[in-house]
Amino acid sequence: MAEQINIFVENKQGRLNTITEILFENDVNIRAIVIADREKFGVIKILVDKPLVAYKALTDAGLACALKKVLAIIIDDRAGGLHNLTKTFSGRGIDIIDAYGFVIKSNMKAVLCVEVKDYESAKAIVEDNGFRILADSDLYKL
Amino acid sequence: MEIKFWNKQIEVIDRDSLRKLQLERFRKTVEMALKTTFYKKRLAEVQIKSIDDIRSLDDIKRIPFTTKNDLRDAYPYGLLSVNKENVVRLHTSSGTTGTPTVIYHTEEDIRNWTDLIARCICASGVNRGDVFQNMTTYGLFTGGLGFHYGAEKMGVLVIPASSGNTRRQLKLMKDFGTTVVHATPGYLLHIASQLGTYGIKRPELKLRKAFLGAEPYSEETRRKIEDLLEIEVYNSYGLSEMNGPGVAFECVYKNGMHLWEDSFLMEVIDPVTKEAYDDDSEGELVFTTLTRTATPLLRYRTRDLSRVYSDICPCGRTHKRIARIKGRSDDMLIINGVNVFPSQIEEVLMKNPQVGTNYLIEIDKEGVLDRVTVKTEINSKLFTGDISSLNRLEIAIKEQIRDTILVNPLIELHEPLSLPVSEGKAKRVIDNRPQI
Repeated sequence: MAEQINIFVENKQGRLNTITEILFENDVNIRAIVIADREKFGVIKILVDKPLVAYKALTDAGLACALKKVLAIIIDDRAGGLHNLTKTFSGRGIDIIDAYGFVIKSNMKAVLCVEVKDYESAKAIVEDNGFRILADSDLYKL
Repeated sequence: MEIKFWNKQIEVIDRDSLRKLQLERFRKTVEMALKTTFYKKRLAEVQIKSIDDIRSLDDIKRIPFTTKNDLRDAYPYGLLSVNKENVVRLHTSSGTTGTPTVIYHTEEDIRNWTDLIARCICASGVNRGDVFQNMTTYGLFTGGLGFHYGAEKMGVLVIPASSGNTRRQLKLMKDFGTTVVHATPGYLLHIASQLGTYGIKRPELKLRKAFLGAEPYSEETRRKIEDLLEIEVYNSYGLSEMNGPGVAFECVYKNGMHLWEDSFLMEVIDPVTKEAYDDDSEGELVFTTLTRTATPLLRYRTRDLSRVYSDICPCGRTHKRIARIKGRSDDMLIINGVNVFPSQIEEVLMKNPQVGTNYLIEIDKEGVLDRVTVKTEINSKLFTGDISSLNRLEIAIKEQIRDTILVNPLIELHEPLSLPVSEGKAKRVIDNRPQI
């Protein structure tokens, strides 16, 4: 199981810098980052190598954070790679809250991170269809 | 200058006769007040148990002040002094913490109020044949209905336009030859600025007078409106606890508002020491109703700051005049003509565990309208990480605040510890509206 950190931030200059500085000072490496923007505020979502360390450091700095379980699914980095996975999702009642992807080996492997409503049933469906879900340790060692 | 009176006998009454009339009515008011559960208890504490305990106007000093909070605590029936079947109307306004306050009127009360409005309109020199467009909100807000009936009684043609919809207001003014309007100063300024937009030239309008009230404004703004629209502007003062409009009004000399002393016993107090001033110092206005039967109020603290002019007015009226309201001795805000207390907003925020305890209220002018922004911190302990739950929180707070203060706010969610902390004398309200 992979955990991502969701951070509430006001949309004003320097906020992202504050967060990366805290992570740097705590020797945390960022795997992926995505920002959900709502004009006046946003939620920054980060996937890091030491989620608990990062969560504590950010919370201690007064930021509102939440640890969220995400499905980190390995897909092929080629045409149709993502489509293979979404085919599996569709019609199975998997409710996706948010998703983002990143390439780990160009033209070979990519990861799709998915926030879902029902983590356990989504995990079962994805694994039943032959996809590999990365555990925390796999993901952060990439 | 032609001076007109609605009830000359009362309006030019000599001061000695006025004081006699006031004492007679004050005693009757105390008698009515003793019929309410609220005052029966309150007056017993100061050994006033019957009308015989009131012998002079000075006895008023024995009576404790009545506050907006008292009205709220007595809601809904604690201040009603007549049988419910004798009540023909009620008006409510927002209380300081969400509970409204209510004023009841018997048929006689409505008649007296209507008469006072007719007196005001007459004092401004308006005549039968004038066309009066009432551009204030009808409904629980007292300005609309109060002026409506008073103007009808005066015998002018009333256009009950209510507030808003500038295009229609201007069309009504043009089509029916409106000569007098009643509005808030902010709205009339807006109308004045919109003539060109709607293709109206000043000579197409017959407008000559305006009655402005419900929000504070300066002498400069009066002049500006008078110049822009080429009209005479008259100051109007009232508050919902004293019926609404019709408490004080300017005559054609426009040198302060005649306070109708046959209907309201006025005191001016130091808002801190609560001592009544003997001279004409600036202070908080305190009123005792003198003719109201259904909801008599004794020594009601208005929180409005003003001062009295006791010198003789050339119009001949003997009723003293008050200066335009300078401000408030509490933190009440007037937003689009609606009275709002910051504590009402605070109460809503504190009911939502997902937000923290620090907050900031900002008020700005957006075109003609006041815009309220409520900034609140999210509670990091209850942050779930979802945008959708933040959206729901924002909508919930917005709706709860709108239901409480009747003004639609903008909600801004902020990071924990980013707003001024709640301890001490943190400034919670930032009013960016230009003074008008």
